[in-house]
Amino acid sequence: MYKILSKCYLTDNIIKMEVEAKRTSDSCLPGQFVIVRASEDGERIPLTICDYNREKGTIVLVFQVVGASTAVMAKLEEGDSFQDIVGPLGKPSELCEMDVEELKKLKIVFIAGGVGTAPVYPQVKWLKEQGVASDVIIGARNKDLVILEDDFKAVSDNVYVTTDDGSYGRNGNVCVCLQSLIDEGKTYDKCIAIGPLIMMKFAVNLTKQLNIPTIVSMNPIMVDGTGMCGACRVHVGDEIKFACIDGPEFDGWLVNFDESMRRQAMYKTEEGRKMLELQEGATHHGGCGHC
Amino acid sequence: MEVDVMKKVPVREQEPQVRAKNFEEVCYGYTLEEAQAEASRCLNCKNAQCMKGCPVSINIPGFIQQIKEGNIEEAYNIISRSSALPAVCGRVCPQETQCEGKCIRGIKGEAVAIGKLERFVADYAMEHGLKPKKEKESNGIKVAVIGSGPSGLTCAGDLAKLGYDVTIFEALHQAGGVLVYGIPEFRLPKERVVAKEIENVKALGVKIETNVVVGRSVTIDELMEKEGFRAVFIGSGAGLPRFMNIPGETLNGVFSANEYLTRSNLMKSFREDSTTPIMKSKKVAVVGGGNVAMDAARTALRLGAEVHIVYRRGEEELPARVEEVHHAKEEGIIFDLLTNPVEIIGDENGWVKAIKCVKMELGEPDESGRRSPVEVKGSEFEIDVDTVIMSLGTSPNPLISMTTKGLETNKRKCIVAEENTGKTSREGVYAGGDAVTGAATVILAMGAGKEAAKAIDEFING
Repeated sequence: MYKILSKCYLTDNIIKMEVEAKRTSDSCLPGQFVIVRASEDGERIPLTICDYNREKGTIVLVFQVVGASTAVMAKLEEGDSFQDIVGPLGKPSELCEMDVEELKKLKIVFIAGGVGTAPVYPQVKWLKEQGVASDVIIGARNKDLVILEDDFKAVSDNVYVTTDDGSYGRNGNVCVCLQSLIDEGKTYDKCIAIGPLIMMKFAVNLTKQLNIPTIVSMNPIMVDGTGMCGACRVHVGDEIKFACIDGPEFDGWLVNFDESMRRQAMYKTEEGRKMLELQEGATHHGGCGHC
Repeated sequence: MEVDVMKKVPVREQEPQVRAKNFEEVCYGYTLEEAQAEASRCLNCKNAQCMKGCPVSINIPGFIQQIKEGNIEEAYNIISRSSALPAVCGRVCPQETQCEGKCIRGIKGEAVAIGKLERFVADYAMEHGLKPKKEKESNGIKVAVIGSGPSGLTCAGDLAKLGYDVTIFEALHQAGGVLVYGIPEFRLPKERVVAKEIENVKALGVKIETNVVVGRSVTIDELMEKEGFRAVFIGSGAGLPRFMNIPGETLNGVFSANEYLTRSNLMKSFREDSTTPIMKSKKVAVVGGGNVAMDAARTALRLGAEVHIVYRRGEEELPARVEEVHHAKEEGIIFDLLTNPVEIIGDENGWVKAIKCVKMELGEPDESGRRSPVEVKGSEFEIDVDTVIMSLGTSPNPLISMTTKGLETNKRKCIVAEENTGKTSREGVYAGGDAVTGAATVILAMGAGKEAAKAIDEFING
């Protein structure tokens, strides 16, 4: 079960895998996620679903190596298997619930940043399959970190790549790109922004000014992903929501990003310590702040 | 050995100071000699009251007589006819309000230690590889059970004994439900006890498919229409944690008891080599007074923290079992009773630094019969803590009811099911345990699973 059929590196530390997960591929929709465990004693890690193939019974996962557990995942090769994959979890994107004729009337722009580019892909692809066009902004720090550009070009006529250092595509971050598209005469009725918290925060600040309602996708710390632990609490307006069952997508204008960034860092030192131990093994002698 | 008929044969336990620093089981259980001595206190009443107090109606005097005579295998056969999880129940059932609460010996002296005797028999059976027996040949009829906690395991085990082809669907990566994610190792060992009892259920032919979230991975309608299940039992428990809705609940260092316990119990973060982190706390406030609060408090204590139970009513009103409160006190948990949190205060980086509370006094009894606490004006004070664990109860996960058309729920989001059968508003769909009652006990869930198995058998056989 959960066998890895293919594996490739999209950047130095972003990996794409196609994995057998029949029950998930049968029922998942864009916007949903899975929780995986790489090994018997592995941590439960939430990952977004980048693509799915119902006939083959597979899903595509894209993840960035950021901690000890994702480093263990990165060591899995074609033919190996994940210990566990559970999902789909969370609610599908609200686009999937809307009337297709209504969707066709909307001018939609996606803003994708970093590894958050992956979960944008199934949404754009799904819209294309319904005959709905959308524009996509892909942002990355530099040319080497741009992912999935060709995949996006196959499902959207207007893909704008922008890099912070101008080494590829347009020059500047995603906000600069959106602003210049507006300045060039584009108009949008709806925005879906998925990426690092800081990117979503600034994207939302801009879309508020531009009056473009914006959906964001949250990826907070989770344990079970089914509503049981409540670790993924996020303030949306005055209400506390669980990202795993009430989300992961929320009205970006209402999300408290500062709180989410603070909560995201909750185990950072502990994760860092584990990462150092893993990398340095028996040679680890301090430097992590915990020894 | 000598027996005082008025008193229970004492059971050996780990010393409080020692066990406060480890996760080994607190209670060692009886030896054969001690069990036989305790069994000799049973009056073998003709009209056994104890059985009436048992939600799964174990033939209690029957198995105790077998212990007296040294026939432990036969004692096990008697228990396992009624209970799929005797080693679990012997450890976590509230016997004092059930079987032992009704024991005639208990009128003048102490009740027979029925729970400890059940545990002795179950542990003996595990050590000697005794297994429950199937009653009927396989009939090939498929029944689905949602959730592998106490109600699901019981329902599945009973149906398998009757010959059904049963598959349990479990959302987590490991079977056991609250027995693995909720109740800590020091009360209920996972490998030695829980995993073994689940193996026994599987030995009856029950299949367990983990990583399936019914309502997301597959719906009940799909299970019945596409996968050929003739009936479904919902034993999905009460998983959603409640919070107080006071300021500061999203500060770093505030956890639900569910999260804290799941990290420690299911993900083993109490072990140094675990990949799942848990907060290294210095001073913890656990808010609530139930068994789950005691479990969270005693876990935090073992992880090295000073722990305060903050509870708004008095000692008398603590909903936890007396034994759990007693163990917690012995280990050094501090009880701040008649105290209610009003706000959690954070430092400049958003981490918990204190919990602001008010003193309470007891007023008139409320609808639950307990005296309701009233705030003492102007009594606000702060307790410096770096961690707050909210243990205020849980409610059922609405995922299944949301995705199953025609499945009736009440205003507390609990599934509406007939008492004694577990029949829901959907034909062929039964439910029991915390998903129906809201958070309750392991044994009540098992009782509901048992009744539902009987009702499902009657439904299928017309």
